[in-house]
Amino acid sequence: MAHGSSGGTPFKNPVVRWVDSRLPIFSMMVKEYGQFPAPRNFNYFWNFGALAMIVLMVMIVTGLFLSMHYTAHVDYAFNSVERIMRDVNFGWLMRYIHANGASMFFVVVFIHIFRGLYYGSYKKPRELLWIFGVIILLLMMATAFMGYVLPWGQMSFWGATVITNLFSAIPLVGDEIVTWLWGGFSVDNPTLNRFFSLHFLLPFVIVGVVFLHVAALHITGSNNPKGIEPKGPQDTLPFHPYYTIKDMFGSGVFMIIFAMFVFFAPNYLGHADNYIPANPLVTPAHIVPEWYFLPFYAMLRAITFNIGIPFTGVTIIEAKLGGVITMFGSIIVLFFISWLDTSPVRSARYRPIYKWCMWLLVLAVVVLGYCGSQPAEGLLVVVAQICTFYYFLHFLVLMPLLGKLERPLPLPRSISEPVLREPGAGPLPAGATAKPMEKS
Amino acid sequence: MADTTDSDGHTGTRRDFLYLATAATAGVGVLAFAWPLVDSMNPAADTLALATTNVDLTGVEAGQAITVMWRGKPVFVRHRTQGEITAAESADLSTLIDPEPDEARVINPDWLVVIGICTHLGCVPLGQRTTDERGEYGGYFCPCHGSVYDTSGRIRGGPAPRNLDVPEYSFTSETSIRIG
Repeated sequence: MAHGSSGGTPFKNPVVRWVDSRLPIFSMMVKEYGQFPAPRNFNYFWNFGALAMIVLMVMIVTGLFLSMHYTAHVDYAFNSVERIMRDVNFGWLMRYIHANGASMFFVVVFIHIFRGLYYGSYKKPRELLWIFGVIILLLMMATAFMGYVLPWGQMSFWGATVITNLFSAIPLVGDEIVTWLWGGFSVDNPTLNRFFSLHFLLPFVIVGVVFLHVAALHITGSNNPKGIEPKGPQDTLPFHPYYTIKDMFGSGVFMIIFAMFVFFAPNYLGHADNYIPANPLVTPAHIVPEWYFLPFYAMLRAITFNIGIPFTGVTIIEAKLGGVITMFGSIIVLFFISWLDTSPVRSARYRPIYKWCMWLLVLAVVVLGYCGSQPAEGLLVVVAQICTFYYFLHFLVLMPLLGKLERPLPLPRSISEPVLREPGAGPLPAGATAKPMEKS
Repeated sequence: MADTTDSDGHTGTRRDFLYLATAATAGVGVLAFAWPLVDSMNPAADTLALATTNVDLTGVEAGQAITVMWRGKPVFVRHRTQGEITAAESADLSTLIDPEPDEARVINPDWLVVIGICTHLGCVPLGQRTTDERGEYGGYFCPCHGSVYDTSGRIRGGPAPRNLDVPEYSFTSETSIRIG
């Protein structure tokens, strides 16, 4: 490790030395982003944390500049957004980056979550790290929802109306809560104002939780595709330059895809209805949320039946409340999977049955996304119900059961063992992988 | 409390009391400060002041309907035909999702006044125009999730849990009403 710094400051620059001896931020950067030992077997799924960080920064910067031109008032909001598109220098670019950036953020984060689920990154000792991640997901959803309301188009208005009305399903105080959320008796100017205020605030809250997420990561260290802990320096690489380079390559590929949307299909992921100014008297024929909410929207609509005591006609949970509980429950259940999963093996690579359950879960979520995009009628309701059922079955039943029933494949003795072994060279001498490896 | 003993061997009554009292005072202070902030998000005085609307009904013939705004929400005022009144009054209450007789929902049977917001998730149902899709019961049909209302604004099918709400209103004369 070239930057080794035990005692005293390792820096040559006198200003850096002066600062570092009073507030060791440079030492910290070297320790956490230079030397930080990361498992040597990362695959490209391990790019997505860094990618999420990049998109978060892009969103905050573009959002800051957009807010300089936006007017949060029902009479001016739509027109101020059109002015950004037509008159403000590069306004179209900032807005298209910001609007598509939200979609890119969710693509990246969904893959990041898949990575965590597939390779068991939520398991001991990374439970808290995972919980911070789920909190970030919830904050992102709230932020994205409120941001979509700001252009004050038809989808903005009616999306806000439908989603805020979800809270009216809460027993007893539901209507009061909705009135409080609105600051009136319908989605109106007070609602738009507070959504703008919160849309500005929440990204900084996200930054705070991301800091905790990364801090927790640097205590436990990263998981890896094998899901076994590094046994020594031979199993890790310093973060810089090995993973800084890999993350830069990944971000280059990512930005090409991002730019394709921004420059060639900027409205592909949006809805044409949102270019119609909001009208409280006319509901669009088909209200759909943004694509990243579709699986959850499908779960909301999948509960079409009241839940009660059988044969008595007593209703305990109305269909509407059931849908709301199901939708929020689909995220809340993620908080608990560190304890629901009873298998000591992290990576699905070594779990022959769980691996397929995991891909079934992906399929269920994708199908739910399709169901959410279509009108809720006919066969699609049943399909959405089956997929919702599997979603909860996966976390609440299969995770606890498979840990006990499944017979995992044998785990490698260490991360470096299969790397150091030459193809066809036969078994390694005992103990070879336990020794620190010399780098050439 | 008098018999609690801390690790140094002396009872902690006074200290415990001070500790709890300080924490309680600070807690009350935080709540007292938080309430104005929370309550500031409730409807403001000017929002509440816009809470009544007068509607002139002259010129709305039987079979026609008008939509007025009240508290930022659409209110459906429908001059019902004799057939629609009969259908509303003769409905079998035991078949209803939210049983309510028609006479409990209208002041004058000729006029149906309901808030035009679907009780499911807040869309505006169709049915104010005679050319609109009105659903199986000739009342209203919500295009969002397919709720069907009858000519009394009662829920008859689909995911909505309740009948369309009837706002507080009164007839100020034969041909005008005040909502709110």
